[in-house]
Parts: sequence; C-alpha cells; structure tokens
Amino acid sequence: MPAPIIVQDIHKKFGTVQALQNISFTVNEGELFGLIGPDGAGKSTLFRILTTLLLADKGQASVTGLDVVKDYKAIRRVVGYMPGRFSLYQDLTVAENLHFFATIFNTTVEANYELIEEIYVQIEPFKKRPAGKLSGGMKQKLALCCALVHKPAVLFLDEPTTGVDPVSRKEFWEMLQRLRKKGIAILVSTPYMDEAMLCDRVALIQNGELLNINPPQAIIRQFSKPLWAVRAKEMYRLIQDLRAFEDTDSCYAFGEHLHLTLKHGRERVDQLQAYLQPKQHEQFSMEPIEAGIEDCFMELMKSHR
Amino acid sequence: MRTIFFLLQKEFLQIFRNRSMLRIILIIPIVQLVILSNAANYEVKDLSIDVVDHDLSSWSRRLTHKLTASGYFRLNRQTFDREDGFRDLQRDQADIVLVIPPHFERDLVREDKVTLQLLVNAINGSKAGLANAYAGSIIRDFNRNIRTEWLALDERNGPPVIAVTFSNWYNTRLDYKIFMVPGILVVLVTMIGAFLSGMNIVKEKEIGTIEQLNVTPIRKHHFILGKLIPFWIVALFELAFGLLVGKLVFSLPMAGSLWLVFLFAAVYLWVMLGMGLLISTFTETQQQAMFIAWFFVIIFMLMSGLFTPVENMPHWAQVITWFNPIAYFVKVIRMVLLKGSGWADIQFFLLVMLGYALVMNGIAIWNYRKTS
Repeated sequence: MPAPIIVQDIHKKFGTVQALQNISFTVNEGELFGLIGPDGAGKSTLFRILTTLLLADKGQASVTGLDVVKDYKAIRRVVGYMPGRFSLYQDLTVAENLHFFATIFNTTVEANYELIEEIYVQIEPFKKRPAGKLSGGMKQKLALCCALVHKPAVLFLDEPTTGVDPVSRKEFWEMLQRLRKKGIAILVSTPYMDEAMLCDRVALIQNGELLNINPPQAIIRQFSKPLWAVRAKEMYRLIQDLRAFEDTDSCYAFGEHLHLTLKHGRERVDQLQAYLQPKQHEQFSMEPIEAGIEDCFMELMKSHR
Repeated sequence: MRTIFFLLQKEFLQIFRNRSMLRIILIIPIVQLVILSNAANYEVKDLSIDVVDHDLSSWSRRLTHKLTASGYFRLNRQTFDREDGFRDLQRDQADIVLVIPPHFERDLVREDKVTLQLLVNAINGSKAGLANAYAGSIIRDFNRNIRTEWLALDERNGPPVIAVTFSNWYNTRLDYKIFMVPGILVVLVTMIGAFLSGMNIVKEKEIGTIEQLNVTPIRKHHFILGKLIPFWIVALFELAFGLLVGKLVFSLPMAGSLWLVFLFAAVYLWVMLGMGLLISTFTETQQQAMFIAWFFVIIFMLMSGLFTPVENMPHWAQVITWFNPIAYFVKVIRMVLLKGSGWADIQFFLLVMLGYALVMNGIAIWNYRKTS
C-alpha cells in the first residue's frame, strides 16, 4: 500500500515566474501534514496539481497510489478538496449543498453521516439557510462537510482557516485532529504559523521551494541560537535601536515583545546593554526565552531569502 | 445519466430560487410581444400631404379627394402658394407636396396633357418611395377614369387597358403584427439560449464553484449537458408561452404544424446554446460573456430579416445571412405559422441548423477544458 500522497520533484512555471521547484514530500496514512508559507509561496498551485486541476511541468505525484496525470478520473473520486476560496453554491441551502455533493459522488448524506456528524451538528440549526448567508466559520464547516461527504481517503484543505475568527479556527483544527484519527490523510495549507504546532509534520514553503520538512517539535529543536524577549515603553524606537546594533542578527516584533537574536549569541550581551544605556529606554526588560515555531520559521525564511 | 439528473435537479433549483430569473422568464415574453409587435410597425399610413392647387377646378378637387380618400394620405394644408408647401416640407409637417398647375382642367381637355409636380420628403427613403408610389398609382388611376369619362366611352369601347387586381395571400389584411410576432418569438428564444446558458456557465467560474466541481467524478459532458438542457427546456417553454400569448392577444394564425415549429426550435436552440457555451469557454466573467453574446446576437438579429427583408440587402450581406441561424428560424417560423409550410419545405433549413448545431457544439466542447 503506497503512501496516500507522494510528491516527487515537482516543477511549475507560470510565464517567467517559477511557482514551484523541486518539491518532494510524502504524506503518510492518518497524517496531518501542514504546508506553511506566506501568500504567493505556491501553496495553492501545489494543491491544484495534486487535485488534478493543473499539470506540473516536471516531476511526478501520486495520490493513493494513483498518478495525478494518468489516473486523474480515479483520483477525483477518492479525494476531498476544499479550495482556498469558498466554492459552494451560495444560493443553495446548507442541506441542498450537502445533498448535491453527496449525489454527484453517487452516495448519500445518510451513508456517510457518521463521518460528518460531529461537524454537521454544528451547522444543522442553519440547514435551511442559503450558504451565502452563513458566517465565515460556518461556511468553512459546511465546505469541510461537503468535502467529506463521499468519505474520501485523502483530504486537501487549501487555507481552510483564512478569514475565520480565532474560536472557529480552533474548533476547525480540533475537527481535523479527529478526522486524522479516522485514518484520513490530510494535507492542509495555512499562512498562520501558530497552526503549524497542530500538525504531525510541517513543510515550510517559500517562493516555490520547500525549506524544511519536520515535525514541529523537531523544527523548534533545530533552533540553536539563544533568544531574548525585549520590551520597553517606546517599542518603535527600541526596534530601530536594536536593529542598528552591529551584533544584532534578527529582531522581530512578536505581540508585546521583540524577539532578538545576536550574531555571537550570549557573548556580547554586555556590549548590547552598554549600547542601549545612553539611549535611555524606559521600562526596559530583556529576558531569555524558549523559541517558538514562529521564531523558527522567521529564521528559516530569513536564511533562504 | 444519474449524474446529469442530479445536475439538472440542482440547476432547476437555482433557476426557480432566483426571483429575477422567474420574472425574466414570465414577464419578458409578454412585454416583448405586446410592445414590440405594436410598436415595430412598418406600414406606411397617414402620410401628411400639402396640396398646392393653382387651378381649383372640379377635376383638381376630385384628385385631392381621391388622394385623401385612399387612406394613405391625410390633408395637411390646401393652399395656393407653392412656398407654403415647401415650408411645410422643411418643417417636417408635410411628407409630400402635390403641386397642381393653373389651368389643370383646361389643359387636360385642350392639350390632352398636363404635368403635376410631387415633392417628397425623402429623409426616410423607404417611406418616401412608398409615398411616391401610392400617389403615383392614385394619380394614374384618376387619369384613366378622367379620360374614359371625358371621351365619353364606356369600358367596352375604350382603348384597351390592363386592369390589375390583386389579393394578399397568407396575410390577407396585411396585418404587420402577424408578421412581427413570430419573429419576436425567435428573438425571445434566442436570448434565453445564447445569453442565459453562457452566463450561467461563466458564473460557476466567477464564483469559483467550478473549482470544486472539477474535483468530483462529474465528467465534461455531464457538466455541459447539465448546463445546457435546463435552458433548452426553459426556452422551449418560453416558445410555447409566447405562442399562447400571440394566439390570445394577436390571434396569431397557425397555418402549419406546431410540431414542426417546436422541432425546428429544438434544433435551433442547440446552435444558440452551443454559441453560449463557446463564449463561456473564453470568458472569465459574466460581464464579458454578456457583451460578446450581445455583439453577435445584435448582428444576427439585425441581419435576420426580422425587421428588414433579407432580399433587400446587398449580395455580400445576403451571403452572410446564410451563416446566420436567426435568419433561418425567422424564415421557418413565418413559413410554418403564416403560410402553413410542411416538412418538405423546411427540411433543408432543418438540416442546415443541424449542421450548425454540430459544428458550434463541436468547437465549444473542443475549446472547453476541464483542466487548465
């Protein structure tokens, strides 16, 4: 039994833009695989190739052992796809959309109700409402139901949580965790780095290239540099001063703090303090912290720029 | 087959849910038929005429009477001054000015010959031509009567005259509406076929649902048939509805078999649906699709013989109409409804339509790609 998704050396070019190059990875059975990257990194292009909507220039890919070019018809039967843009019929009701997508896969909502039940009960109170009148989170839940209603072996979710409120986002990811336990391989893309921690493995994609494929904990472990959280009253002046310091490696704003790394690690912290002293920052604090997944991504993206 | 059934079910659900669509389907035929058929009237009647009578004899008055009694002319002004008539012509108050010279009656008796002058406002060429022809024929008729009367001959002894009588076939009372209604029904059916189908397919692209549909077992032909068949049914329903309105409101004659009309419409619609499909394959938004469809439909419509006869067009334009599906349907529906043409008369046109339907849909399907 081959792995649900195998991607080998995929290249795709749009005109002069290299949208994807040298993409290879494998998604195993029951794995929740995250594709993390900024807008325009090539995530949707990769999804379109894997869902047989687009042909790659070079390389092979297979889904449940079926080739995406030769066996595209068979693939379309066994995968569930949720495009980045809401793609259900806005003028049909929740129930009608679900019924329609069940019937065109030659099945019924009842036959696979057990799979969608947990999600569907949340939108069931609105089942007579046109899909276009649902909230963002509800729309995504409905889209997930429609993608699941034919009991797919593999699920492709292209930015399912973009534009969704934090609570719905959290609920959505909880659903994905449960689906994974039912043995469905899930490839999910997201521009939100915090969601990476919820995946089994994560691939970071930037400018059409994969930078790193690892479980999120391993990615964090790879982060070797000491990291400090710095704050002061005037954050903007602080970030400018820190970036002007010669030994500063990186300095990014993370919520209330600035995350700082130095080129020589802990060696020159004293020099930094001496440098900042005359600048007289009020309420200054600087504490060493553990790196989070976001620090790792910033670091990876910086080194590949 | 099952898939097509589910697609059709979905399409009809969407069509009937769309309130404006329902209005389009039910109200447009009535409005189009009632307004257009009454307004688009090319009969030339009530031409206003100025008579500049310098003679004022009994014969000149008889001529004036004969003109105004014909029903084609309405006396606008009777005057002695030629300038008055000319001014009315310039102010667009008179369509035609008849100038009767002094001594009209005397010269006719004495010299056996007299000249009348007709001034015709020829801004609208066809109207001017008709006005001229009507006036000419009335004057000729007058001339003949006067002569037989003057020479005191009875009909049998007179000089040989060819008397022409006529009767109008297929539209005995020359009712323009009866001529227009079938043509307008064609326009109606065309709009649904060419516009709605194409726009509906593009809509799926525009709102992104095609992306979702493409990753399903739906096949190319399922999708296309699922899109075209609903509008085919709606358009045929429209035709039936329009014929009913035509019958009730205009007493539209139905000399031939209605089955033939529907058979032809069924084939014709595939040409128009194919056109809509073709347009949808190279447009991304409903707006683009609408404009392109509009461009072709307007050209086809104006060159279809709906308003102006194809036979009046220059030869090159007539050649173009051989490729104009609307022209065929306008011709056939009039032939069948007004003239009672049968299968033998229309089978050639039906064959041509069938050919176009195959070609149009062939190109459209070839151009339609499920994967980009």
